[in-house]
Amino acid sequence: MAESVKVAYAAPECMIDQTMHYCPGCTHGIAARLVAETIDELGIRDRAIGISPVGCSVYLYDYIDCDFAQAAHGRAPAVATGLSRALPDCVVFTYQGDGDLASIGTAEIVHAASRNERMTVVFINNAVFGMTQGQSAPTTLLGQRTSTSPRGRQAKGEGYPLRVSEMLATLEGPTYVARAALGAPKYVTQAKRFMRRAFEAQVIHGGFGMLELLSSCPTYWGMTPAEAMRWLEEGMMAYYPVGEFVDRRDRETSGSVREGGEGLRVSDR
Amino acid sequence: MRFVHEGDPRYGEPELLKGNEAICEGAIWAGCRFFFGYPITPQNQIPEMMSRRMPEVGGTFLQGESELASISMVFGAAAAGARAMTSSSSPGISLMQEGISYLAGAELPCVVVNVQRGGPGLGNIAGAQSDYLQAVQSGHGDMRIPVYAPGSVQEMYDLMGEAFETADRARSPVIVLADAMLGQMAEPMQRRIDEPPPPPPKPWALTGARGRPRNLLTSLYTIPDDLEAHNREIDARYQALATEICRAAEYRTEDADVLLVAYGVASRMCQTACDLLRDRGYAAGLLRPITLRPFPAERVVQLAERARLVLAVEMSMGQLVQDVRLAVLGRCPVELLGRPGGNYSTAPDVVAQVIHLLGG
Repeated sequence: MAESVKVAYAAPECMIDQTMHYCPGCTHGIAARLVAETIDELGIRDRAIGISPVGCSVYLYDYIDCDFAQAAHGRAPAVATGLSRALPDCVVFTYQGDGDLASIGTAEIVHAASRNERMTVVFINNAVFGMTQGQSAPTTLLGQRTSTSPRGRQAKGEGYPLRVSEMLATLEGPTYVARAALGAPKYVTQAKRFMRRAFEAQVIHGGFGMLELLSSCPTYWGMTPAEAMRWLEEGMMAYYPVGEFVDRRDRETSGSVREGGEGLRVSDR
Repeated sequence: MRFVHEGDPRYGEPELLKGNEAICEGAIWAGCRFFFGYPITPQNQIPEMMSRRMPEVGGTFLQGESELASISMVFGAAAAGARAMTSSSSPGISLMQEGISYLAGAELPCVVVNVQRGGPGLGNIAGAQSDYLQAVQSGHGDMRIPVYAPGSVQEMYDLMGEAFETADRARSPVIVLADAMLGQMAEPMQRRIDEPPPPPPKPWALTGARGRPRNLLTSLYTIPDDLEAHNREIDARYQALATEICRAAEYRTEDADVLLVAYGVASRMCQTACDLLRDRGYAAGLLRPITLRPFPAERVVQLAERARLVLAVEMSMGQLVQDVRLAVLGRCPVELLGRPGGNYSTAPDVVAQVIHLLGG
């Protein structure tokens, strides 16, 4: 009997066996698992370096067993740049929320992508500041109520939700930019596929890969986990379409920054 | 002309360099191979020279998109265990306060050069010392950051090596506080021709957790007891080094009863003022702090005990004088001669002020 039992589903090897601090119905846990699975599959745990930012995402270092640095709010791509340049054999990834990446860190993400900096960025978009208790984010949807947009976000005065992936897709630099949703299983399967490509953009192609993950925050959306899952599909995915916006993995690697003892050369194109 | 290091076999032939260039060469000698920075006058020769020199020595130069990004790039390279630096000037240093604090919190060594200009705000690009208090209290949070204050082009060079060594030992950012005048002036100086001491091992560095437990560099300690312990550990490392790294230079202090205290370029006017005062019968001497943190308070006290006047001379409105007064603690009067805005007191100005204060 015992011999016939097979493990169908187990925790990724690089995942630390620990209770997560995330709220019920939050999809950070799925995102963390996808990162961990990808690290295992690519066999890069012992050369992976994660950058935790400020916000709920910071605790990723409690869940994945690899080297980690914790960056100032929004600066993870800059910290990753320093690490990536200093350690050409390592795999550097950031894991940033929308307050971090789309608000205070817009300059850092744009320029890291533009330089095609050798790194992977996992961008959690849940349309709200989670850790600071539900304030409006640049990604907050029109009409969405938050603790700092109590009447619902208005285009006049508060502007329109920022589509970061589409914005980065206007750049010549990045190797890979995609968006997926942590909703129904079919979307998670797609997210997994894209996650692998976002890491491969760095590991194989030596460039910048980013995956934006539409994520839930039932606590500060004021919803039950089930309602939040529905809203992820009906509200978030309606405004933020999933898909691959940039895929230059077949571009000659000369388009990306090269590492080596002789400083850096960028292509002469 | 005699040179500071004449006859010292560790140094090469004298050559003419600008202060900003000496910063670069001093850093390169010390093994710095990562430079990240953002343009701002009057320190632009540093990133410009580094963009040329870093590739020559197998290093990395990158112009960041801002000072915020540049200091965070330094954080990344430092986290990898490399010797890394940035440079800027007053308004840019304000932006770097964030990163300096995170580096201190994550216990990461680096060197930050501030070629000060006049403030507040955009101010001007003339040499000033208006960032003294900011430098000695760099970054939010409860930690002490070592601060070096060069007074010549030679020291711009020499102190870079010391700054990197102190940074590694203290596991802390170190500030080199210069100013526009020092950055722009050219003086004969000698560079080292020997090898620098090897940096200490950095078992905490992020290099990939291969064959060892993973490393984590964070400034986040959510439990107050943990953060207090962390703060105390950082402070203990600084205190253990403080006596050893504390430095000051003196000029004609052996019998001085008029003590001038000045650092950086202001000290050079004071040195001339000491000569002029002695010509007029005043036993004047100069104490020049080379480290502002740790501040050479003990030596200030020793010299102040036999002084009838202590005068702090600074290119600011009364910043250095606070540390002097704190050291002297009322043992004798401590007066201030300060000029802000990119202006400075000349040697005759200093002489006149001393004579005025002594009722002459």
